[in-house]
Amino acid sequence: MRMLVAGKRTSERYLPEKDMQACGLFGVMNVAGERFGGEMAISAMVNMKCRGNGLGGGFAVYGLYPEYKDYYALHIMFERSCPQAKEQVDEFLTAHFHVVYDEEIPTDMRANVVNPPLVWRYFVAPRHQEEEGLAADEFVVEKVMFINTQVEGAYVFSSGKNMGVFKGVGFPEEIAEFFMLDRLYKGYIWTAHSRFPTNTPGWWGGAHPFSILDWTVVHNGEISSYGTNRRYLEMFGYYCTLYTDTEVMAYAVDLLMRRQGLPIEVVAKIFAPPMWDLIAHMDEDRRRLYSTLRMVYAPLLINGPFTVIVAHHNEMFGLTDRIRLRPITAAAAGDYVFLSSEEGAIRAVAPPLDLVWTPPGGEPVVARLHSRDHLASLARAV
Amino acid sequence: MAVKCARRGLRDMFLGDVRPLAQIRSHLQLNGWEAEIDARGLVHKELNDLIREAALGGARKIVLYNVSGQRYIGTRLFLPQKVEIHVHSVPGNDLGAFLAGHRIIVHGNAQDGVGNTMDDGEIIVHGRAGDIVAMSMRGGKIFIRDSVGYRAAIHMKEYTGKVPVLVIGGTAQDFFGEYMAGGIVIMLGLNLKPGERHHAHYIGTGMHGGVIYLRGEVAPYQLGKEVGILEPNEEDQKVLEKYVGEFAAHFGLEAGEILKDRFIKLLPVSKRPYGRIYAY
Amino acid sequence: MYSYLLPEFLVERRGDRCIKCRVCERQCPNGVHRYDVELDMMFSQERECVGCQRCAVFCPTGALCVQPHPASYRPNASWTREKMQDLKKQAETGGVILTGSGNDKPYRIYWDHLVLNASQVTNPSIDPLREPMELRTFLGRKPDNLQVEIKGDRVDITSELHPNVLVETPILFSAMSYGAISYQAFLSLAMAAKKYGTLFNTGEGGLPREMRKEFGANAVVQCASGRFGVDPEYLNCAAVIEIKIGQGAKPGIGGHLPGEKVSANIALTRMIPEGTDALSPAPQHDIYSIEDLSMLIYALKEATNYEKPVSVKIAAVHNVAAIASGMVRAGADIIAIDGLRGGTGAAPKIIRDNVGIPIELALAAVDQRLREEGIRHKCSIIAAGGIRCSADVVKAIALGADAVYIGSAALVAMGCTLCQKCYTGKCAWGICTQDPYLSRRLNPEIASERLYNLLKGWSNEIKEMLGGMGINAIESLRGNRDHLRGVGLEEWELNVLGVKGAGE
Repeated sequence: MRMLVAGKRTSERYLPEKDMQACGLFGVMNVAGERFGGEMAISAMVNMKCRGNGLGGGFAVYGLYPEYKDYYALHIMFERSCPQAKEQVDEFLTAHFHVVYDEEIPTDMRANVVNPPLVWRYFVAPRHQEEEGLAADEFVVEKVMFINTQVEGAYVFSSGKNMGVFKGVGFPEEIAEFFMLDRLYKGYIWTAHSRFPTNTPGWWGGAHPFSILDWTVVHNGEISSYGTNRRYLEMFGYYCTLYTDTEVMAYAVDLLMRRQGLPIEVVAKIFAPPMWDLIAHMDEDRRRLYSTLRMVYAPLLINGPFTVIVAHHNEMFGLTDRIRLRPITAAAAGDYVFLSSEEGAIRAVAPPLDLVWTPPGGEPVVARLHSRDHLASLARAV
Repeated sequence: MAVKCARRGLRDMFLGDVRPLAQIRSHLQLNGWEAEIDARGLVHKELNDLIREAALGGARKIVLYNVSGQRYIGTRLFLPQKVEIHVHSVPGNDLGAFLAGHRIIVHGNAQDGVGNTMDDGEIIVHGRAGDIVAMSMRGGKIFIRDSVGYRAAIHMKEYTGKVPVLVIGGTAQDFFGEYMAGGIVIMLGLNLKPGERHHAHYIGTGMHGGVIYLRGEVAPYQLGKEVGILEPNEEDQKVLEKYVGEFAAHFGLEAGEILKDRFIKLLPVSKRPYGRIYAY
Repeated sequence: MYSYLLPEFLVERRGDRCIKCRVCERQCPNGVHRYDVELDMMFSQERECVGCQRCAVFCPTGALCVQPHPASYRPNASWTREKMQDLKKQAETGGVILTGSGNDKPYRIYWDHLVLNASQVTNPSIDPLREPMELRTFLGRKPDNLQVEIKGDRVDITSELHPNVLVETPILFSAMSYGAISYQAFLSLAMAAKKYGTLFNTGEGGLPREMRKEFGANAVVQCASGRFGVDPEYLNCAAVIEIKIGQGAKPGIGGHLPGEKVSANIALTRMIPEGTDALSPAPQHDIYSIEDLSMLIYALKEATNYEKPVSVKIAAVHNVAAIASGMVRAGADIIAIDGLRGGTGAAPKIIRDNVGIPIELALAAVDQRLREEGIRHKCSIIAAGGIRCSADVVKAIALGADAVYIGSAALVAMGCTLCQKCYTGKCAWGICTQDPYLSRRLNPEIASERLYNLLKGWSNEIKEMLGGMGINAIESLRGNRDHLRGVGLEEWELNVLGVKGAGE
C-alpha cells in the first residue's frame, strides 16, 4: 500500500530529534449526540494551565460541520512566510478534489498568539479516485500526506468529515480565543490539549490534537518504545514526519483500528498488555488471547508513560499505559462523559457529576454514541 | 518541514498569572480564629498565599470554598501554630505535601499525591483519592473514606516512634504499599461487593518495613514476593481497634461492624529484600 | 564454592626494610597483612587487597609496594582480564556486579582535547596576584530585565526577584550522603564549604539535626526518590534545594544503602528504622513526566515560601538538551548535569561503565539549546562528573557552566585513592565507611583543611588562567567559547562542543 511518502534520509542518524512532552488532556462527549459549545473544554484547560507551558494548545471538535457532513473537511494552515503555498495547495486540491466550498477560518487577531498562520478550510470530495484504485479514505490520506511533505509552508491540521482540529502555539485558551471557538462552534465531542514540550519548535502544526482522517489523538507522556514502534510502522508505509510520540500513536491507531479493523478493547491490550505475571493467572482462553496478542503485536507495545484521548466519529476513548504512569479521570453526568488529566478540571466545568472513576492502567474508557459503553470500565476502577 | 522559532523565552504557567495579595485579599474573610476563602478564580499560589495570610493573621480554622484543582493546599505552612483547613470540593495534586502538623479535611474527592512526604498532621478525605497517596509519608495520619489509585503508601517510612498511619475505606489499584519502609496501612475494602477481591496487584512489592492490614479477599498472586501473610495477634487487634475506630468516627460508621470481619496482616519477609542480588 | 579469581594486587614487602611494627596490619580493614607471633613474620593475603595504598603510605620504613598484579591470562583484546574476572565472579555468585567511584573506561576525555587561550599583544593579561580577580558567582534564576524607579538620586528596584545564592568560587562539593560517606567526611565537606563560602551537598541521606543551624546556609539539600531525611525544617534550613533525578555514575537507576550501614544515627538522619536497607527507588514516584517535575519544583517552593532556589540534577543522557530546556520551563532555578564519569559510592558496574554521555558534550549542548531558546538566564548550570583539576573547571565554565560540582576530587583530597570499593563499607581512609574504628581515622579539622586548601589552590589557579586571558571576573568567561580550541577532535565533536579547532 502506498501510504505516505518515504523520508529522504540516507541513515537513521539524520532523523531529527524526537519531541518530548507532557501535558494536560481533556475530553467531553455527549453520548446522545447533542452538540454543545466549547466553554467546558476551554475552561477545563484554563483550570489545568500549569500542566502546559504555553508552547502549544489545541482542540478537536466532532459534529462540527453538519451542513457539509458528507464532505471531507480540510483544515489547512499556510505559513505567512510562504506566500506561494496556498496557491500550490489550491491548484493541487482542484486537480484531485471537487472543492464544494472553501473559506478562511475566521480568527480574532487580538488573541495573544505568536506568528499565527493563515488557516483555511475546504470541503471536498475526491475526484478520479477510482482511476488511482484507492478507497476514498486512502485517497484522502495520500493527498494529505502529499501536502504535508511536499508543499513547503502548508500543513493539514485535519481531514475528516464533520470534524475539525484547531491548534497552535500558545496556551489553549489563547488558541480558543484566536479561533473564537466558544463563539462560533458546536460539537458532540470536544477534546483538548495543553502542551508542555521540552523544546520550542514554535510551529503551529506541531501542537495537538494530531489527526489523520477523522481520527484525532491528544497525548500526554513520553513513549520509551518510540524507536521500535516507529520502525515497525514504517514497514506498513507510515513515515513519521513530525517526530512526536503522538504521531506514532495516531498511526498505530489508524493501522490497527481502521485498516485492520480491531476494536479498541483489543487495541488497548496491544498498546498496554497485562504483565506475564497476570496473564499466568487468567483462564485458558484469555491466556491464549493475551499471549498471542503480545507475540504478534510486540512491536506495538507502547512502553513508557502515556495517557491518550483518541476520538473519531461516534467514539471517544481514553487509555493509560500498563502501569498507569500518567493520570486519567473519567466522569459522567447525564449524557455527558468526561475524560481528564485531573478531576478538579472536570468539576470546575461540568454539571453535578453522577459518577467519577479511574480505570486501571491499560483499561480503556470508551464513550460511544447512543450507548453506555463507558460504564464497562467501572468494574475494575476506583 | 519548516520549523521556526516563534516565541523565544519562557512563559511562566505557574507564576505568570499570580496577582499580588492586595488584589485578591477580598477572597479572604478573616474573623478572629476563623477564616473563609473563596477559591473561585484563584490560581495555585494565590490560594496558598491567602491560606498563609490567614494563618499568620491568627486563623486556626480556615474553610476553603469552590476549590477546583488548586495544588499544595497546606504545604506553605511551616509555622509553629497549627491550623485546621476544610476544603470544599476537589483540592489539586499534592494536597498536604510536606505537611507540618496541620489538619486538613476534604469534603469531597482528592487528586494525586495526597500527603506527599507529609511530616505530621492529619488528612481526612470524605471521598476517594488518586495515585501515590501517602507517598514517602513519615508521620501523621491519613484517612480516605473510599478507594485510592496506584501506588498508595509507596515508600512510607517510620523512625523512632514517629509512625505514619494510612487508613483506606475502599480498595486500591496496583503497587499498593510498594517499597514500604515503615508505618501502618489499613485497607478495609468496604466498597467491595461480596466475593469481589481487592483490585491491586503487586501489593507490598519491595516492602521492607511497616505493616499492612487487609480486610477483604485477596489472592496470593496479588501480593509482591517480598511480603508474607500472617494472622493479626492481640497487639495488632489493638492497633486495628484504635485506627479503625478513628476512621469510623470520622465518617460516621460503626467500627465494631468493620472489625468483626477477618483481617490479614502483611509483613515484609526481610528488612533487606535486595541484599542478595549483588556480587561484591 | 572455590573461587577462581586471580588477585588484583601484588603486595611486595621488602624484608630488609620491614621492622614488623604491624602498622600495616592495623591499617588494613581487609585483613591483607598478618603477623605470625610464633614465626615472628609478616604475611600477606593479597587476594583481599583492594589497592587502597593505606598500608604503603603508613609504613614507616617504606617497606611495602602494592601494585596491580602482573599475573594475567593470555592477552586478548576482546576478552580482557577484567571481563574474564567479572565472568568468574558472576559465575560464583549470580549477582549484579557492584563497583564504586566513577567510570574508569577509556572514553574520550574532552577536557584533555580542549586548550585555553591567553592574551598576547592585542590585549593585556592581568596580574592576578596584585589586581582584583573575581570568582564570586550567583546561582539561581535571573529576570529578563530589571525594573527600577528613580527617586532623586536613589534608584529603587521594583522587579520581583527570584532567590539567588552567592558562592565565592564556582566550585561546589557534589552530593555525597551521610551514610554513603562517614559522618566525619560529611562534616569535613560542610566545614570546608562554610569556611570558603561555597556549598556542599547533603546527597539524599538527610542533614543531621545538629548540623542544620551551623551549616544549613552552605547546604544544598537533596530531595531524592527515597525522600530520606526530608522534613520541612530540613528544606527550610538550606541554601538550595536540589531534586535529584539522576546521577552520572548510574543514570536511570536507584540506590540501595545496605542495612548494615544504617546505624542508629544514620537511621535518625534518614528517618528510617535502624538496620533496614535504605532503598532509593529508580524514579521519584511523583515524577513520571516533565509536568510532574514542575509539580515537585513548586511543591518545594511552596514548602519553603519561595525563598530558596530549586535545583534539579540529572545524569547526562542522550536527549539532555531537550530535557534541560524542559526542566527550566518547569521552574528549575539551577540545573545540575552529571556526566558519564561522575562518581558513586555504589553502582552496578554494567550501568556505570555503559550508560550516559560525557559531561563536556552534554554541557555544550545544553548551554547552546538554552541560548537558542532564549532561556539561558532563567537558570544556572552546574556541571559535574569527572572534574579533576582547575583547568577542567575553567573549560567547563567557558563551555557554558556557571559552576561545577566536585565529588571524586574532594574525596581524593581527603585521602581517597579511588580503589572503587566504597560499597564494601571498609574504607581504610575513613571516608566511605560507618565502622567507627575506620571513620575515626578521618579528623574533620584536618580533612576540612585539606578540602579548603584544594578550593584555595584551584581558585588561585583559576585566577591565573583568567588573568592570562585578560579577564578579571569569572562571568566574562561563562559561555565564552572563544577562549577554547579543540585539538585532535573530529568535526562532529567540534560541532557539538561549539568550539573551533586549534589554529582556526
